[in-house]
Amino acid sequence: MIESRGEKIFKIINNFLLALMAMAALYPFLYVLSASVSKPYNVITGKVLLFPKGFTFDAYKEVLGNPDIWLAYGNTIFYTLAGTAVSMIFTICGAYALSKKRLRGRKFFTILVTLTLWFDAGMIPFYLTLRDLGLINTRTGIIIAFACNAFKVILLRTSFEGLPDELEESVKVDGGNDLHVLLRVYLPLVKPGLATVGLFYAIERWNGYFWSMILLTDTNKIPLQVLLKKMIVENDLQSEFTAALDFSSTISAETVTFATIIVSILPIVLVYPYIQKFFIKGMLVGAVKG
Amino acid sequence: MRNSAAPIKSSAPLNKRMRPKGDLRTYFQELKRDIIRDRILYYLLIPFLVWFLVFKYLPMWGIQIAFKDFSLFRGIGGSEWVGFEHIREFIGSEYFLRVFKNTVIISLYGLLICFPAQIILAIMISEVTRERFKKVVQTLTYLPHFISAVVIAGIVTTFLAPDNGLINLLLEKLGMEKIYFLTDPNYFRGIYTTMNLWKETGFASIVFIAAIAGIDTQLYEAAKMDGANKFKQIMHVTLPGILPTIVVMFIMKIGSLLSVGYETIILLYQPATYETADVISTYVYRSGLIDGRYDFATAVGLFNSIVALILVVSANKLSKKVTDAGLW
Repeated sequence: MIESRGEKIFKIINNFLLALMAMAALYPFLYVLSASVSKPYNVITGKVLLFPKGFTFDAYKEVLGNPDIWLAYGNTIFYTLAGTAVSMIFTICGAYALSKKRLRGRKFFTILVTLTLWFDAGMIPFYLTLRDLGLINTRTGIIIAFACNAFKVILLRTSFEGLPDELEESVKVDGGNDLHVLLRVYLPLVKPGLATVGLFYAIERWNGYFWSMILLTDTNKIPLQVLLKKMIVENDLQSEFTAALDFSSTISAETVTFATIIVSILPIVLVYPYIQKFFIKGMLVGAVKG
Repeated sequence: MRNSAAPIKSSAPLNKRMRPKGDLRTYFQELKRDIIRDRILYYLLIPFLVWFLVFKYLPMWGIQIAFKDFSLFRGIGGSEWVGFEHIREFIGSEYFLRVFKNTVIISLYGLLICFPAQIILAIMISEVTRERFKKVVQTLTYLPHFISAVVIAGIVTTFLAPDNGLINLLLEKLGMEKIYFLTDPNYFRGIYTTMNLWKETGFASIVFIAAIAGIDTQLYEAAKMDGANKFKQIMHVTLPGILPTIVVMFIMKIGSLLSVGYETIILLYQPATYETADVISTYVYRSGLIDGRYDFATAVGLFNSIVALILVVSANKLSKKVTDAGLW
């Protein structure tokens, strides 16, 4: 069909507005990046709007020279890797079992799991439970207590249910058991679902601050986000750099904050474009089937 | 009677149908046989269920302290009952109206501004025909969703800083007065909503993009034949096509009306802005985890959960009556 003039105009306006929105989404990050490599004087006088002015890496030297950052970074990497692995094991086991119609009490267990999406004990009883279990201020607590999430279990179960029964039968005929079915046939076939769920867990771990802040009292165990909160939101930096307002200084509370932000989001920004296609696919599987 | 369990070797579903009602013995024998046959399936299920029982259902036992005078030494079971005293105290306190009002208003802002924005963005993205451009727009608008609340709050704080934050520098250049955004209660809800709009609109639009992709393209061809322009096509084909999705997402939003994202608010508010920023869940956090009033905070949290549950059930009922689409 031929495009009418109205449609052409619509398209131009639509594309223009979308380009504007995409830029608006990106701009704060670009600004932070530029400001982090600019001279503080140019930043605090508003000369930096998009591109860096008075190029310097000194803020990064300060950030990367800070042993606290490295420690917190290491903790975050550990919590993310170990946490995601544990989450995936629990979620895969549960999702596979719940996807099988022959499982006795399947309906009951599914309701038991999904109910937690709607009704939660709340912050305080959860905290007291962890306390009674001795999981306060432990790395194990951080990894285990947040391992599973009903929404992700349902998402993966839906992916498993989409596979034909014949696949399972053929493995069983060859003398395989459920573990063979799961590991050799099912998991390779639901890669988009696995990638989506894994990515969600990993991002949550990387970004999570609230419960780490509450549960971890030992500064050696805190992840990056908790340290960041101390540095940025509680403004620990301001007092250190009060005299940074003259033209010659190459470092200030602002530029160090910006450099820290960049350092903390870098891994996400680097990995994100590659796995994006997976999670869109995975989300759609979850969304269409509910 | 002894022979009643004889035909065990036939297939399971058939057996189930043949079993006379109330014959528990046969039932348990079948159960045992099934569990032995599929034992790996049950082995997989056990750690998973234990996790949910320990970390989701065990805490529910602790909810009782909402009705107790909780003492850490005596434990949950040993503390004395005080009935509805904590809930009464909460409803009677000056904070009740403040946090309840703030929670509802901040949620309504999200419902009236962010929710329609997600649908509009989804429609706009779906109208793009050039795949490359579409991908770029999607990638960039989804990105903020994946950045942590701490970083976003940090960016917001530095942008709005009174002395040399970007926004105030621009205001100054335009010859306007500097504004102390984060310490002025008048601005908090606006800042919070704008931040969420920026952070979540892109990612939340995925669901609607998927729904639009499911609409039959013939409907658009037919509408065009009838002389419908783009705007009319959107009004008469796209929107009705994704109405069930909109309704379901709307109910979910209503259900979470009272659970505003406390993690972000905690990062952005300060005593000066509590007046407009303090919501039920931040109040629970402060009175419970900061002041250590576990029993009172649990009562406040429970009140919140129950109202939220009532809201989602009624929203679902209403929508089923009106549009035939619902969550269950």
